[in-house]
Amino acid sequence: MLRHALEIVSAWAVPLLLAGIPLYALARKVRVYPVFLDGARQGFETAVRIIPPLVAIVVALGMLRASGAMEAAAGGLASVTATLGIPAPVLPMILVRPLSGGAALGVVGEVLRSEGPDSYAGRLVSVMAGSTETTFYVLAVYMGAIGVTRYRQALPAALLADLVGFTASVLVVRAFFG
Amino acid sequence: MSFIWVLLIAASVVTAAVNGRMGELTAAMSASAQTAVTLSLGLVGIMTLWLGLTKVAEEAGLVALLARAARPVLRRLFPDVPPEHPAMGAMVMNVAANLLGLGNAATPFGIEAMRRLDELNPHRGTATDAQALFCALNTASLQLVPATVIALRAAAGAKSPADVIGPTLLATACAATAAVVAAKLLARAFPRPAPPA
Repeated sequence: MLRHALEIVSAWAVPLLLAGIPLYALARKVRVYPVFLDGARQGFETAVRIIPPLVAIVVALGMLRASGAMEAAAGGLASVTATLGIPAPVLPMILVRPLSGGAALGVVGEVLRSEGPDSYAGRLVSVMAGSTETTFYVLAVYMGAIGVTRYRQALPAALLADLVGFTASVLVVRAFFG
Repeated sequence: MSFIWVLLIAASVVTAAVNGRMGELTAAMSASAQTAVTLSLGLVGIMTLWLGLTKVAEEAGLVALLARAARPVLRRLFPDVPPEHPAMGAMVMNVAANLLGLGNAATPFGIEAMRRLDELNPHRGTATDAQALFCALNTASLQLVPATVIALRAAAGAKSPADVIGPTLLATACAATAAVVAAKLLARAFPRPAPPA
C-alpha cells in the first residue's frame, strides 16, 4: 500500500516539477527561458568539473579491488564477522559497499541467487544495500564539484555512518525476521 | 585526501605484487579511468537540465519558500549557515529528491547546495563543518523505498520483495543519525586553517 503510493509519487514528481516550476515562475513574471539557460550553463560546467576528482578516486578504488586486497581482507575477517551474525557470503558487501555501487549490487544479486531472497543472508544483504550509499563516490562528486580537497571530518563521519548502518541492519533483520 | 589517495594506490600496488596480479592491476587502472569519465558524462545532461530548473525555481522564490518550511530542523543542523541563505533551499531540495528516490535530481541539487555553502567558506579547498555534515548525510542513502533492491529481490523470486522496506528505513535512520552525530563531534578533531591574514 505504502509502496504503491510512493511509486505513484516517484512517477509523477519529476514531470510535475518540470511543468509546475516554470509555470509558477512565469506567473511571478520571471524571464523563465534566459534564467533556465543561465542555470543550465552552470550545471554543465559543474558536471565537467567533476571529471578529474572522479577519475582520481575511481581509479584508486579500482586498483584496490583488482589487487586482491578485498579477498585477503574477507579471508581474515570471516571468522570474526560470523560470530557477529554476518554470514560469509554477505561479508563482501561490507567491504565493497562504500567503494562501488555497481559491485555492491553485484554482491546483492549473488547472495540472493546462492542463498535465496527470503533467507537471513538474502534479507540482510538487501537491507544493507538499501540503507547505505557509495560513500567514496558521493564524496568525490560533491567535494570535487567545488574543488574541495581537504574533506576534514566528512570521510570518517561517513564511514562511521556506514558501519552503524551495517550494524543496525544485522540487529533490525534479526528483530523483524527472527 | 592526499594521504588517503596515495595510501590506497600504494597498498594496491603492494598487494597486487604479493598476489601476482600486476596485469589485472594495470588493466583496472585504465578501465576505471574510463568508467569515471562515463559516470561524469552521464551526469552532464541531467545536471544541465536540473540546475537550469533550479535557477528558475530560485528566481520565482520557490526555493526560499521550501527552506523556510524546513528551517527549524536546518537551523539546528547547520548553525553556521544564515537561515535565509540559498544553500538552505538547495539542501532541502536535495533531501526531498533523495527521500523520493530521485537520484538523478538529488545529485544536481546536492552539488548546487555544496556550491552555495562554499560561498560561506573562507578557506576554499577545505570543507566547512556544514559541507562535511551535508556530505556525510548524503552517504547515508536517505531513501524511503529502496527501489533497486526491491527489483533485484523480485527478480530473484522473493515471496514478498518489498518486505525489507521497514527494516531498511530503520537502518537508514540509524546511519543518518550516526552521520550527523559523528560529523558534529569530529568537527573539533579536524581544525580549520587559521583565517587568512
